[in-house]
Amino acid sequence: MARNILEIENLSVEVSGKRILNDVNLQIPNGEVHVLFGPNGSGKSSLIMAILGFPAFKIVSGRIFFNGVDITNLPINERVKLGINVAFQNPPAIRGVRLGDILNHLTPDKEKINELLMKLKFPPEFLERDINLGFSGGEIKKSEVLQVLAHNGSFIILDEPDSGVDVVNLRILGGVIKDALKGRSALIITHLGVILQYVNAHMAHVLINGTIACSDSPAKILGQILNEGYAWCEKCLQSRMQRCEL
Amino acid sequence: MSTIKDAALRAIKKPAELGPDLDISQYYRNPKNWEPCLLSSLPKDVLERALEVGVTSNEENRAATFFQIDHSVIFRAVQDLFENKVEIMSAKEALEKYDWLRDYWWKIVRVDADKYTALAELAWDQGYFIRILEDQHVTMPLQACLFISTDNLNQNVHNIIVAEPGSEAQIITGCTIHPGVQRGLHVGITEFYIKENAKLTFTMIHNWAQNFDSRPRSGAIIEDNATFISNYMSLKPVKSVQMYPVAYCKGVNSRARFNTIVYGSGSSYIDIGSRIVLQNEGSRGEIISRAIATDKAQIYARGFLQGEHGGTRAHLECRGLLLSDEAMIYAVPELVSKSSGAELSHEAAIGKISEEQVQYLMARGFSKSEAESLIVRGFMDVGIFGLPKDLEMKIQKMLDITAERIL
Repeated sequence: MARNILEIENLSVEVSGKRILNDVNLQIPNGEVHVLFGPNGSGKSSLIMAILGFPAFKIVSGRIFFNGVDITNLPINERVKLGINVAFQNPPAIRGVRLGDILNHLTPDKEKINELLMKLKFPPEFLERDINLGFSGGEIKKSEVLQVLAHNGSFIILDEPDSGVDVVNLRILGGVIKDALKGRSALIITHLGVILQYVNAHMAHVLINGTIACSDSPAKILGQILNEGYAWCEKCLQSRMQRCEL
Repeated sequence: MSTIKDAALRAIKKPAELGPDLDISQYYRNPKNWEPCLLSSLPKDVLERALEVGVTSNEENRAATFFQIDHSVIFRAVQDLFENKVEIMSAKEALEKYDWLRDYWWKIVRVDADKYTALAELAWDQGYFIRILEDQHVTMPLQACLFISTDNLNQNVHNIIVAEPGSEAQIITGCTIHPGVQRGLHVGITEFYIKENAKLTFTMIHNWAQNFDSRPRSGAIIEDNATFISNYMSLKPVKSVQMYPVAYCKGVNSRARFNTIVYGSGSSYIDIGSRIVLQNEGSRGEIISRAIATDKAQIYARGFLQGEHGGTRAHLECRGLLLSDEAMIYAVPELVSKSSGAELSHEAAIGKISEEQVQYLMARGFSKSEAESLIVRGFMDVGIFGLPKDLEMKIQKMLDITAERIL
């Protein structure tokens, strides 16, 4: 097994000709949970899309390794087969495609799905519903986490699992995610760090203007952000860049 | 009768308002006779084709069966369990048996509507009469098959369906051809009478060939508290099909619903619509259509709602999926309101397979083509038909085969 489950090397990404990510470097060692902070529009979701291989997120330079395998040019579903699973923030609704159809493809284990439904307090009727059609914010989060955990991948990415969810459901989701992270590696995107009340993370990174501005312990970075906002990170990034230029 | 014949004679050259005009003299009119026989003794290729349009030779699964090949009625029977609950026979037989049937004949569909209705009068080749007797809830579907075994044949059937007061039933009609048939014209007149408190679900499946034409002409009258659900599905290529059935919600609280799933491929010309006319307090109507066009297919998806009475409501939903740049879908939703108390609405949308949806499914481990076929399959959602589970599963299987073949 490679030491790092995910290794991103000098990754630059464009969307419709516009540079979104700039020279991103990120290593997540096997068994670790990392957190990605960043203001709106800093490129957090774009980084996930690039890791997963969405064609609109064009890699202009750099490489992505998963368990030591270069996945930079693999189609999305091949990356998923290797064990990367993502809970999306705004998944599309698809008429006539039921949540159950997708889950059946992810696992033959009906027991496991029932168990997850119970843990998530997610009514089984949702299996018969068209995926994401008319789902509330909380229902989308539960459905996404359900799909991710049904697959048993070794690496999970959660895009803002804590946004737009009420307190009760946040507690449920937090508990399920915490359990699921035992023995898995993960990258969790969070805006305000609420999910960190439930999950122990090893390391946090801050993404500013498409580049990693700093990496440190989650508690330290969250404290800094909550006290001084992302303005502090921007200043920090600028001063570092100036130093480089000098 | 002579007046009907006269009207037909006057209309025999009258082109239909919609669809390509056909030369009705170009077809063969003298097929060989098929002797009556048990369904199980029919040739295997006939039975296979029939099964593809939902008609099974296993009569135990159907309350009643009618089977016509070319111009011959070869089988019609009611299962023992349903004797005195339903009647099924050829329309000719029924007209001889019941004088009152004259009052149901050419009463909803006009004989002089166009050359095809006229043809069905002047060159009439059977068809069926189905009657669900009063207060009978028929738990098993009835089935009818209109089969063409002769190339370039013209088959003109006239069907009458009567759901007596308080009755409830499901009917499956399959119209199809022998694998050796390339060309031909099927004209089908169907008049539905849904009496007070009755409920009828009628599911018609068409299975034609690339050089075959079809011109169904149907109409329904729905009385007080009665419900009529008409489902239509066509998945195979056709040269042209044009139809625009109408349901008159005549009674208080009468309900009509048309559901259509059409998959147009090859160079098919498909012009299909549904009309609902709301004529009494509490009348409700709904039209749902799903059209997929690929290759060079042209699909006109029409819908027409007319409100003639207050306290009525109807909605029209038309969705199209275009899988080829050489194909075309033309959605024509029309609303006519003649009463301020009629609430009519429509939504129409045509698009291609969404990349975002494909990629989302790929992120769940589906390959690109698996994802696309899942989306197409989902688009042709048989759930809109509201059929019993076993029948829904059979139709789902046909749709799955089509969805797989597409990509």
